[in-house]
Amino acid sequence: MVMSPQTPTKIETLGLEVFYDTQQALFGIDTVIPSNQVTALIGPSGCGKSTYLRSLNRMNDIIENTQVKGIVKIDGTDIYTNGTDLADLRRRVGMVFQKSNPFPKSIYENVVYGPKIHGVKDRQTLDELVETSLIGAGLWSEVKDRLDKSALELSGGQQQRLCIARALAVEPEILLMDEPASALDPKSTARIEDLIGELRVNYTIVIVTHNMQQAARVSDFTAFFYEGHLIEFGDTQTIFTKPLNQQTEDYITGRFG
Amino acid sequence: MIFNSIQRKLLQDKAVRTILLGAASTSILIVVLIFLFLGKEAVPFISKPGISALWDSRWIPVSFQEQRYGILPLLSGSLLVTFLATIFMIPFGVISAIYLSEVAVKSEREILKPFIELLAGIPSVIIGFFGLVVLGPVIKSVFGLQTGLNALTGALLLALMAIPTVISISEDALRNVPRSYKEASLALGASKIQTIWRIVVPAGLPGIIAAIMLGMGRVIGETMVVLMVTGNAAIMTLNPLDSVRTMTATIAAEMGEVAFGSSHYAALFWVGIFLLLITLGLNIIAQRVLRKYQMV
Repeated sequence: MVMSPQTPTKIETLGLEVFYDTQQALFGIDTVIPSNQVTALIGPSGCGKSTYLRSLNRMNDIIENTQVKGIVKIDGTDIYTNGTDLADLRRRVGMVFQKSNPFPKSIYENVVYGPKIHGVKDRQTLDELVETSLIGAGLWSEVKDRLDKSALELSGGQQQRLCIARALAVEPEILLMDEPASALDPKSTARIEDLIGELRVNYTIVIVTHNMQQAARVSDFTAFFYEGHLIEFGDTQTIFTKPLNQQTEDYITGRFG
Repeated sequence: MIFNSIQRKLLQDKAVRTILLGAASTSILIVVLIFLFLGKEAVPFISKPGISALWDSRWIPVSFQEQRYGILPLLSGSLLVTFLATIFMIPFGVISAIYLSEVAVKSEREILKPFIELLAGIPSVIIGFFGLVVLGPVIKSVFGLQTGLNALTGALLLALMAIPTVISISEDALRNVPRSYKEASLALGASKIQTIWRIVVPAGLPGIIAAIMLGMGRVIGETMVVLMVTGNAAIMTLNPLDSVRTMTATIAAEMGEVAFGSSHYAALFWVGIFLLLITLGLNIIAQRVLRKYQMV
């Protein structure tokens, strides 16, 4: 089922299963996510792709009565062992959410929130982090003169890029994106997609998307989930042109979903 | 024809607008009327003993020698009790609210919530009983006093009464903090405690401040408990272990037996005016703070 990509592995899951109470959301997921590539997760609503994404930075832990079985390795180390430093894991594995969720603070304070949590106090270092993160998220030129203004005054697309900048500020290695553009207008969506293309140089990106064209446009690899199972995983071109599995083909051609 | 129907619609609009405005203005009207009423009864005091008689450190309205109508001891009594009660209720109320909304599991919340609501429903007279029989003697023996009926006892009981209000309103405020803020914070590697202190509490702060202000409003206006347990000695003091007399207790105790139209009668209305001004001031401050933090 799993096609092994030719690039080095960043994330690997083995027999990953997730239960909410007694309901099983993921069934024996084996994946190999390559380093410095964009991997898109597609599939109909409720197929488990967000659950899968959230198991990569252990965000499922915050939901009561959630149980995770199997192995998730990042750089070869299982992140579900008892000794895992959650703070450090989540620093290394950043996350951008479906709805932009800047804190009700200034733009500056939003970006430095993460670094401050991780102990950065020096004002100059923080200033530099703000600049590089905002440049990285393609927002610097738009906000550099009003860093002390409330983040909530920004437009939806700007807010989402601020959330990306906030995630970049803790210098992660992986970026998880849960439908980051689904609430945005086409122009803002295009900006985010361009940004993803730029970010893949330095980060490993895993992105959940409902939008098939988006998956085709931005990703190098694609995983198709259906009812908690990983149906097919491969390079995006293959998945979209000659999928091995009938269900994948049906979904991609719009026969269901 | 068309013109007429447009005109009729405009007229209807205007009528509805007037009715709504009237309903909305009722509360303003009532406040104004209350002020007018208080003012009317208080005015004679200005000419007879003179308004400056209020700025006196003694309240001896009934005397064979010289009556004194100084509201300063009553003012200081009310402020001292309110200040102390606020100091007690903030940590208890806010920490409980944080625990209930952010930390407690479902089963804990199901036990705690009904008891807090029960506490809010206890009649103030019963709390007064508890103060007289239990808390007062404890305070007396702990501090080695001659009487346990003092500002501290009153403040502790008033805090007890105000805490349920502070808890439930603060808890609502904290619950209304969007889940997405917490998730963003946790996803950046913040711990639960860091998320609570740096994100949840600041985001819920306007609600928490409103809760504290409402708690203070309840405390400063509360009458029965302070009448029963603060000792009712009109002394100017900042010592929590002294007996004090609040503005509310004075009005409640003396209004029933005062000679109608006397200087004493008018002086009590002045006390009422000051009480009203203080609560009004509290509300205005609360709203200012709310507005300031809502934006950020």
